[in-house]
Amino acid sequence: MSEPTTITARAIRERLAAALGHAVSVSGPGKAAARADDEMLVMVTREEFAAAVTAIRDTGARHVMLVGFDLRRPASTSGSSAARAAEARSAAAAGGAGASAAAAGGAGAEAKSAAEAASAARPGAGLAIEEVLAVPNGPIVRLRVEIPPDDRTYPSLTPLVPAAQWDERECHDLHGIVPAGHPDLRPLVIHEPDPPAAPYKSFVAHGSGVYQLPVGPIHAGVIEPGHFRFSAVGESVLYLDARLFYTHRGLERFVEGRTFAEALPIVERACGVCTVTHATVYSRAVEQLTDTEIPPRARAARVLLAEMERLYNHVGDLGNMCAGVGFNFGTSRLGWQKERLLRLNEALTGHRYLMGVVAPGGLRLDLEKRGLVGLGAAVAEIEHEVRSIVRLLVRSDSFMSRLHGTGILTRAEALRLGALGVAARASGLPDDLRRDRPADGYADIEVPQIGSATGDVAARFHVRAQEAAVSAALIKELAGSLPAGPAMVVPPGGPRSGSVALAGAEGPRGASWLWLMAGADGRIERLHLRSASYANWPVLASVVPGNLVPDFPLINKSFELCYACTDR
Amino acid sequence: MPLDLVRRLLTPIQSPVSTSTYPEAAPLLQDATRGLPQIDPILCENEGACVESCPTGAIKWVSGAVESIDAGKCIFCAACVLACPKKAIAMTSRVELASGKRDGLIDPFEPPALGPNAGVETLLFDPSAREHIRMRVDSRLGRSLHVRHLDAGSCNGCDWEIAALLNPYHDIQRLGIDFVASPRHADLLLVTGVMTRNLEEAARRTYEAMPEPRMVVAVGACAIGGGVFAGSPQVLDGAGGTLPVDVYVPGCPPRPEAIIEGLLMALEQRR
Repeated sequence: MSEPTTITARAIRERLAAALGHAVSVSGPGKAAARADDEMLVMVTREEFAAAVTAIRDTGARHVMLVGFDLRRPASTSGSSAARAAEARSAAAAGGAGASAAAAGGAGAEAKSAAEAASAARPGAGLAIEEVLAVPNGPIVRLRVEIPPDDRTYPSLTPLVPAAQWDERECHDLHGIVPAGHPDLRPLVIHEPDPPAAPYKSFVAHGSGVYQLPVGPIHAGVIEPGHFRFSAVGESVLYLDARLFYTHRGLERFVEGRTFAEALPIVERACGVCTVTHATVYSRAVEQLTDTEIPPRARAARVLLAEMERLYNHVGDLGNMCAGVGFNFGTSRLGWQKERLLRLNEALTGHRYLMGVVAPGGLRLDLEKRGLVGLGAAVAEIEHEVRSIVRLLVRSDSFMSRLHGTGILTRAEALRLGALGVAARASGLPDDLRRDRPADGYADIEVPQIGSATGDVAARFHVRAQEAAVSAALIKELAGSLPAGPAMVVPPGGPRSGSVALAGAEGPRGASWLWLMAGADGRIERLHLRSASYANWPVLASVVPGNLVPDFPLINKSFELCYACTDR
Repeated sequence: MPLDLVRRLLTPIQSPVSTSTYPEAAPLLQDATRGLPQIDPILCENEGACVESCPTGAIKWVSGAVESIDAGKCIFCAACVLACPKKAIAMTSRVELASGKRDGLIDPFEPPALGPNAGVETLLFDPSAREHIRMRVDSRLGRSLHVRHLDAGSCNGCDWEIAALLNPYHDIQRLGIDFVASPRHADLLLVTGVMTRNLEEAARRTYEAMPEPRMVVAVGACAIGGGVFAGSPQVLDGAGGTLPVDVYVPGCPPRPEAIIEGLLMALEQRR
């Protein structure tokens, strides 16, 4: 494959003008001129929306997310958290100690002015949606459409961009915006909406000999909740309908009105095993909004932490795939290696899942010196062990025969449904944000491209094993060469209200993207997190038909989808 | 290849035994491990910066003095440590924090310790305390305990630590405890997560499917009181409103040893 030519923001603008028949006004991310070709915002009307999306899509652009927001909503700090903050403040004031009273007084005034600002007029106040598309070797295009409150409809994008199917359902659930022509508008996120919707109906196949196999939401193993409805003939699955969002915690609404610092531990806990990924996308969005440059040590350390996260996840997932076929040798041996990696995490950061480290401005807790000593050697030793276990697994015919040809995701289907991460790379797509849009320390290093074309469970197994080796090599390189100096700068004051930042990072499960709109006083107006699992769940549901019911756990584990960050 | 089969058999045999002996031995922690924070009352000048900084409101402030830290709310993020201008608060290595009562998680005001961990060391790693735990295990583990895990809306962190109980290091089966696939086979429900609205009915029905006598252990800050999500309209702030909780295991997530401690405490409670 030859290196594709770069597509500039100017070219996109011309393309849009040709499609819509008039010149479009484009605004960039606003700050550094160097980023003008990285991201652009285009305002289009409802009537033009589909044509604009089609024009961008035809450059080979991938769907990033569709986010809805409602700027007319009253101040959004949720009741109990506001009450709790007020309680803490009044307690602090009652304490009467000088310094804290001053600090607390400041915070109180801030909260008040935030409430005032929220009720006042806002820039572009109203209901709107944004479709975000990433042009390969080109900018990220945000197409914004304003939705009139008395007619909350727009032509659905799902027929044009099938990867947007869940985004549109979610937007419908949360904002009441109706994508006209969407093939499936059952409730997705809120299971029992108010006012009540029609009773939920699973989609099933009908015919002679077809039976239904309902599974979940509470599963047999130590796993997260979701309801799967298989339509099967004998052992063969004809259709799979997955109902998720059981662990929906209302994270996005819950952080609205909070300061950037207050929201961090909440966003970090969208998923407990991709904490670095989610803290990083959040921090990078805040850093963009506040024009913060993080110190070199933090740039490199974020890569180190992200690779530690990828490594323990991949090693654990390889083990889980063994569990998916009941091959205890692999489960147990790889489980032990994962435990050793969790210990290294703990030695490095004080937390087995690396929580509480990455923050806007760099790292809120610097890496432990003692954890860094010998880290490279320890990781290399574990990687060596993993490699020898994988070698034994690959030579086991009974194991590999379950993996080969099972759960095939074709390249075309991966592209159509917007598969991400290992699932995409094992189906012949080169997508990897570490290479495609390098941020933080990834801009300074070379990440080798790994992939496979067969798209079956075996391909995903091999891609994971190879990526684990790459992660180990990167960790070894970085642990010995981490720049000295501070790990944190304090981000300067609040950004302009209504400004938006978008950040993506390649986590163990693929690219997670976060869309962040600033409100008044450095508070969050709207946050949307679209994790890689969110993109890959509908892909899994389309891969399973044609396979055997007992292969479902294996296929599921080969995608390694997280429910928590999908459901939020 | 037969040679590979031999290798596969030899690999575990050649490896040294790696399994933990917890609870007889102390949990294997690192220098950096973040356990429950502790306030030094001599250095503390009651400026309230810790109270203000805590994301979950775990530090309680009464009439100008920091009174207590609620382990059930603490997410072990060290925000209080970073915020304190007098450096009067430090993370300890205290991770075994389970209690049979919600109030039991609220750490009483401790007398000043000599070092950051000194007071804790004597409290928890005291050999006689270990001996007591051992006796407890021996007397209560005359029979096995069958556990059913229930994710009531967790971030997956607690769930992965529960899954880690089954790895060769923690190997919970060595204590006669095992996980079962159905609530109908379970003695104990191990609940993680905030209890979302979307899961409330499924959680209740899972509990109802269990035979009597049955117990509930709430694992992690979310299951105890909603954790960082407490107050979100989509969550019910912990398992306690839906299920009768017998033992609370603080942590975000709790280490596997802390979960074992909670399970053993539940065994002790069951007469």
